[in-house]
Amino acid sequence: MLDAARLRADFPLLQRLENGRRLVYLDNAATTQKPEAVLSAILDYYHSTNANVHRGAYGLAIRATEAYEAARERVAGYLNAWATEGVVFTRGTTEAINLVAGAYGRATVRAGDTVVVTAMDHHSNLVPWQILCQEKGATLRMVEITEDGRIDLSDFGLALERNPKIVAFPYVSNALGTVNPAAQLARLSHAVGAVVVVDGAQSTPHLKVDVQELDCDFYALSGHKMLGPMGSGALIAKPQLLETMPPYHGGGEMISKVWDDHSTYNKIPHKFEAGTPNVEGAVGLAAAIDYLARLGPDRIAEHEQALARAAIERLAQIEGVTVYGPRGPRDHRAGVVSFTYGDIHPHDIATILDQDGICIRAGHHCTQPLMRRLNVAATARASFYLYNDLEDVDALAGSLVKAGALFGYVPA
Amino acid sequence: MRSLDTSPPEPRLSSLYQEVILDHYRRPRNKGALENATHAVSLNNPLCGDEIDLHLRVEGDVIKDVRFVGRGCSISQASASMMTQLLKNSTVPQALLIAERMSAMMQGDDAAATDKTLGDLRALAGVSKFPVRIKCALLPWNALTDAVKG
Repeated sequence: MLDAARLRADFPLLQRLENGRRLVYLDNAATTQKPEAVLSAILDYYHSTNANVHRGAYGLAIRATEAYEAARERVAGYLNAWATEGVVFTRGTTEAINLVAGAYGRATVRAGDTVVVTAMDHHSNLVPWQILCQEKGATLRMVEITEDGRIDLSDFGLALERNPKIVAFPYVSNALGTVNPAAQLARLSHAVGAVVVVDGAQSTPHLKVDVQELDCDFYALSGHKMLGPMGSGALIAKPQLLETMPPYHGGGEMISKVWDDHSTYNKIPHKFEAGTPNVEGAVGLAAAIDYLARLGPDRIAEHEQALARAAIERLAQIEGVTVYGPRGPRDHRAGVVSFTYGDIHPHDIATILDQDGICIRAGHHCTQPLMRRLNVAATARASFYLYNDLEDVDALAGSLVKAGALFGYVPA
Repeated sequence: MRSLDTSPPEPRLSSLYQEVILDHYRRPRNKGALENATHAVSLNNPLCGDEIDLHLRVEGDVIKDVRFVGRGCSISQASASMMTQLLKNSTVPQALLIAERMSAMMQGDDAAATDKTLGDLRALAGVSKFPVRIKCALLPWNALTDAVKG
């Protein structure tokens, strides 16, 4: 396991006390804290490099452009993108998926076509496809999940029999921690001619991801879930697909020549980056990737998996706690543990844990169709990252026992 | 590994989760649809998923009966349950006055917190110390206001 206590020293916010206790931050699937290296990269950018990119002829603007484009190369390298120009900076996963639905989807999906999603998709990988299908008169086919929170492969096969134009799924479920067999799903989808969109919001921070090995077509990620700043993110795409796509947003930067009534467009990826981009976000994301690369994504995955296992084991000892998602000792899962505790509502659990300085998420996790299938309105969710350790698992279990005592489950 | 921390919960939590609140949460009064309702409103909190359907039967300006259907946290459900007990046979203006006192108590108004017209609801005074939970306690009251003013 990683030396999490030592890593915590890199994160200024984690030094703070919360309600007089050491802050135990277990809401990493929502957003992660930022190491000093990322914060200082952003500050350095504004101290030394800030100018608008791809515009100025002066040295400062050239250096700003170089910093921005170097960040693009860093993202491309970390995920083994097909090409650097196949990396489009976005505000995050949500915007990346909306870009695919709005540009690729609108140009290719027609009435009667099918788009496939799964019952464990985050709303950000569902609602854009709902909007597209409603506009086009296309069918949205939702693949069911199994009882232990995996994509139901036989239903996935049935969905593919409709010869969908697009298949979208999450690599890792944000609500359950399930690691889906993304490469296999992509291969099956390609066999019926579909284009594959992978929601990588939860996988990129936690696993070693190689998009060429996955062989998807589009891969979306969020910087803020992987130590980077909020409002940073990327769409990684096969360049030949980006070439054929119409633009998404119109404006500066994305054009080549503008006439009174029409325009020609810039090369990729700039065709998809209208307006002044979030340069500080790109620079911060590159610094976050440097931090993750130094630790090694495989070691991070192993660390989180150990914490998730320990948490599931501890929670299982508390009578009345139900853990959702794959929970076998051999199951490949990310560091997300969703649970309920008897009839104690998840919001009550979150309030009680907060008094002990423990931050967890309570709610539907932007996965209402999934919650309906689990037959719950909400769950409590603890999600771990590289700076969490077994002491945090202890704190979680201890505070849950307190919650149980307040609600009369265990003697106080 | 260390043993579980089972030190008693701090006073703020004990005052938030009083027995009367848990009792209303687990044994909600007047829960279920109301036949012959004259007013019905559904409200939910999209952020946390608390839901309430409030049904009223108003004759003249008297609330002859009030029931609710809903799911959510202990605070929202207990607040709804206590509300139905308090409002039955009160007039609409009286009910709106209680709603105002309830709202004042959530803003930390100490006079409201000791106001006898709030009945059992005074047990919810502790919610004012937990700003994110205030909307849970007020959800049924917002439904009431919507229903009679709508």
